[in-house]
Amino acid sequence: MAEIKNYTMNFGPQHPAAHGVLRLILELDGEVVEHADPHVGLLHRGTEKLAETKPYNQSIGYMDRLDYVSMMCNEHAYVRAIEQLLGIEVPIRAQYIRTLFDEITRVRNHLMWIGTHGLDLGAMALFLYAFREREHCMDMYEAVSGARMHATYYRPGGVYRDLPDHMPQYAESKWTKGKNLASANEWRDGSLLDFIDAFSDDFTHKINEYRTLLQDNRIWKQRTVGIGVVSPEQAKAWGFTGPMLRGSGVAWDLRKKQTYAAYDKVDFDIPVGVNGDCYDRYLVRMEEMTQSNRIIKQCVQWLKANPGPVMVDEYKVAPPDREMMKEDMESMIHHFKLFTEGYTVPAGEVYAAVEAPKGEFGVYMISDDSNKPFRLKLRAPGFAHLSAMNDMVKGHMLADVVAVIGTMDIVFGEIDR
Amino acid sequence: MIETLNFLIFDNLIYILAIVLGVILTVAYLTYFERKVIAFMHVRMGPNRVGPRGLLQPFADVLKLLTKEIIFPKNANKFLFLIAPIITLATAFAAWAVVPFQDGWVLADINAGLVYVLAMTSLGVYGVIIAGWASNSKYALLGALRSAAQIVSYEIAMGFALVGVLVAAGTLNLSDIVRAQEGGLINWYVWPLLPLFVIYYISGVAETNRAPFDVAEGESEIVAGFHVEYSGAAFALFFLGEYANMIIISALTAIMFLGGWYSPFTGDSWIAQPSIFWFLGKTSIFLYAFFWFRASLPRYRYDQIMRLGWKVFIPITIVWIMVVAVMKVYHIGPWWN
Repeated sequence: MAEIKNYTMNFGPQHPAAHGVLRLILELDGEVVEHADPHVGLLHRGTEKLAETKPYNQSIGYMDRLDYVSMMCNEHAYVRAIEQLLGIEVPIRAQYIRTLFDEITRVRNHLMWIGTHGLDLGAMALFLYAFREREHCMDMYEAVSGARMHATYYRPGGVYRDLPDHMPQYAESKWTKGKNLASANEWRDGSLLDFIDAFSDDFTHKINEYRTLLQDNRIWKQRTVGIGVVSPEQAKAWGFTGPMLRGSGVAWDLRKKQTYAAYDKVDFDIPVGVNGDCYDRYLVRMEEMTQSNRIIKQCVQWLKANPGPVMVDEYKVAPPDREMMKEDMESMIHHFKLFTEGYTVPAGEVYAAVEAPKGEFGVYMISDDSNKPFRLKLRAPGFAHLSAMNDMVKGHMLADVVAVIGTMDIVFGEIDR
Repeated sequence: MIETLNFLIFDNLIYILAIVLGVILTVAYLTYFERKVIAFMHVRMGPNRVGPRGLLQPFADVLKLLTKEIIFPKNANKFLFLIAPIITLATAFAAWAVVPFQDGWVLADINAGLVYVLAMTSLGVYGVIIAGWASNSKYALLGALRSAAQIVSYEIAMGFALVGVLVAAGTLNLSDIVRAQEGGLINWYVWPLLPLFVIYYISGVAETNRAPFDVAEGESEIVAGFHVEYSGAAFALFFLGEYANMIIISALTAIMFLGGWYSPFTGDSWIAQPSIFWFLGKTSIFLYAFFWFRASLPRYRYDQIMRLGWKVFIPITIVWIMVVAVMKVYHIGPWWN
């Protein structure tokens, strides 16, 4: 009798469910996965090394490009590290703005996740529904920073600018006119905060809409319940963070446990799963969107009532007013120094982490009292999650690999860095 | 001799041409309709650039596919690689020979029509298997194996559902099956055979490899499954075959369970007259359901499809065949005259 050998298959890097450039080498026994070997590094861009070669502020934009679906959270970790080394206090309004935009980012990321996860498992409608809402979040990014994705909005000492008073409106065009134009501009009469407020009112219904499509769908449950089960001990041992850890029932959330920005001043809950399978992680992320929406609502209320500075009053790290520069020699010098050589950061080392949508995104930074970091190490949550790939898919079928990739919510920008 | 030739050319060839052209045109606009329907369900636009409201889009697609190069994968068996789409298409079209569009409007009014249809739709799996094998690609092979297992399993459920129809109508001739359902909504076989009707249609969806049973194509798992290596006209043939199969499944469901060309109304008014439009309308409803499934449902896993077929559908059909037999013997209900 002929010897029966396992079937080795390349899953990616060009594959519709590879979420970018994941290359998985699968050893299949029929359709059952015997061994999965993820290969990383195809999107390596040397972000950590690049950051060593330029002044601190110039690397903020690189942080956006790490996890390119949760941009501002990455920035947040990076600027927090610098702020801790500099020992500067961020104005309270900037803290709230950061909280607001961290949560908008979380909603954005989870919308992307539910869309791609749904699409991977064949629920095509969800992808387009999620992207419809994601578009509004893009508009919010655009309103504050001018960029729809790579915002570079957070700066050491605060945020780049205060929130705009006017939300840009759609102009009449060949495609947007009449009723379409009116509905496109429906929320855009007031300020950005009014827009966010209207969005968050609407978003509650939209989450329920996604839930009606999936939550009790028999096929969806058959595809996710009992797939990729991770016990709480295993999850901790593998270094899981974020929804991957909470899905296994560990109520660990940096926003509560090591609070930062204005998270101690807003009210929200941490959802946790029970079984640690794909369905639980789905439930956790869906509930997180609801909770994010709650935080957004509270931040909007606070920000509407409390105007104030959004940048630290320290011209060594923040540029002075344009008007002052025209008259004040010292301001002019500050501006020149800041934009030519940046600022020096006292020698030392620091680890700053935020609860990014995917988990704990950390920045470990060593400064040698110069204007560039001596060493920057980024802790990407997806990397730890991906390393558990083999153990999570072993014994499952080929179609479940896709479900597990979806539930990990991996983005190669941050894994390969 | 001359008479036979005459008969073949002038009587049958025209009908064959009419059916084939009709099916091809329907397929072309079915793709357009599908994209529009799904786009509507997905809050997007769908094709709207080629021609008014995108109505010429199917022609643009056909033109594109026909002008593209057919790429043969390295080490592929060229003969098998080319014969596979032809088998798929030929069987899909051949099944149309026995479909009655209206009373008397049928190309081949044979007595074994039901068996013929079953045979033709089953033969289609050879196209898929050969395509997967000849492509010399791992993804294609997996897709072909999945598809073979799936079609063979659902063929059984489908066959049993048809046995129910056979018991009820007492004939294998499709026209006679429709005639047995004459007399308005209540006389259709959908009522006594309701479970079989549902199972037949779902098996039909599975047999044509459409969502949520599209594991043979399994976009996100095995990319495009058995036709991953196909391009250009060869791919177009698969495409045509798949859609022709969809239409035939919908048409057969309308014929066997919803009284084909008969009107749901009774009386003498114009709306109660049997006509081809009733047949086309009923077929369209099922085609629409195909798109509806695709737009909203996630995809089953391969082993779950198998479980559904073997452990749920086949037992139900067997039980219901007995129920129908008992109903027929004791004349329970208005369907058995």
